[in-house]
Amino acid sequence: MTSTPAHEAVSARFGDAVTGHGEFRGELTISVRPDAIRDVCAFCHSDLGFDMLLDISSVDHPERNPRFDVVYELYSLRAGAHLRLKTTAAEDDPKVLSVIGVWPGADWHEREVWDMMGIRFEGHPDLRRIIMWEGYPFHPLRKDFPLEGERSDVPGVAFTEPAPLAGGPFVTAPVEGTTQVREPRARHAGDHPADAAFLAEP
Amino acid sequence: MTDRHPYAYDSKIEGNIIFTQLDTAINWMRSNSLWPMPMGLACCAIEMMAAAASRFDIARFGAEVMRFSPRQSDVMIVAGTVTYKMALAVKRIYDQMADPKWVIAMGACASSGGMYRSYAVLQGIDHLIPVDVYVSGCPPRPEALLDALMRLQKKIMGEHSLIAQKRELFASI
Repeated sequence: MTSTPAHEAVSARFGDAVTGHGEFRGELTISVRPDAIRDVCAFCHSDLGFDMLLDISSVDHPERNPRFDVVYELYSLRAGAHLRLKTTAAEDDPKVLSVIGVWPGADWHEREVWDMMGIRFEGHPDLRRIIMWEGYPFHPLRKDFPLEGERSDVPGVAFTEPAPLAGGPFVTAPVEGTTQVREPRARHAGDHPADAAFLAEP
Repeated sequence: MTDRHPYAYDSKIEGNIIFTQLDTAINWMRSNSLWPMPMGLACCAIEMMAAAASRFDIARFGAEVMRFSPRQSDVMIVAGTVTYKMALAVKRIYDQMADPKWVIAMGACASSGGMYRSYAVLQGIDHLIPVDVYVSGCPPRPEALLDALMRLQKKIMGEHSLIAQKRELFASI
């Protein structure tokens, strides 16, 4: 793997724009300041040979400031090496520089992040929603968006209603034990004494 | 021959003339040539294709003519998950279908949203359009769809469309 040389090269070129790096099971992650992400991506593409952008994803940390992470998964077809770049976006007016000029394939990835998480990409030529429809007022993968959805209405285009969850969402209990204990059940099932007794059964 | 069939009151017209009610005749024709509008939206559509293919052969019920034009269809088979983004397109196609028209909600998703208790999925197509037959299953087997079709045929045979129309006509005069 070319992990460590990649980190050294990026650090040598961009200095304190690199805010940190870490390695987990052979996967290198480099954290970058938001204003430098496009230049770092261009450098990784041209000088380090990461010619393929596998994915752009985003992470919501509701308690943290800045709230959002934007994650770029890079791949070098020649070296067979992976690299992960991470940058941040603030909660009020979240935006990141678009890397569509580096990899044209970033187009739909950035539209998806905008649609689902509400992070705008500056320099994107056609930043429309890609999964939900134009006019949908929410960004549904944010942590503060309820799973059952919110009411919305765009006449003639689409409407939404909260879905009945019937005690759900149903999750697998994160405990050791038999299938009966671990099986998916309503998240708040353990709050009632009767449920607690049922959960405690072997 | 006439000795062996004494109940044949007139051999000249027997088998050529049937006495019946007009409603019954029309219902008989309608129920045996239900042209489906295949609204295939998810995996249920695969089972619908299986129902149409040779092993199950929906042609036995006169419903083999899958029309991808709503103008030529009688029954819309909503087969699959109806997302909100798709919902109004489904309604629009239903509105474009000529009367009389029927709807089969095939599978758990089309009937109730199924396992998708989610912000993106319409919780049953009956929020938007009237449904005649619901089919359970995830996805239902082709036999279940054929059963739904037979139930729909039975329902159509019990309709009084023409009599109702005439009543409306006379009432308006």
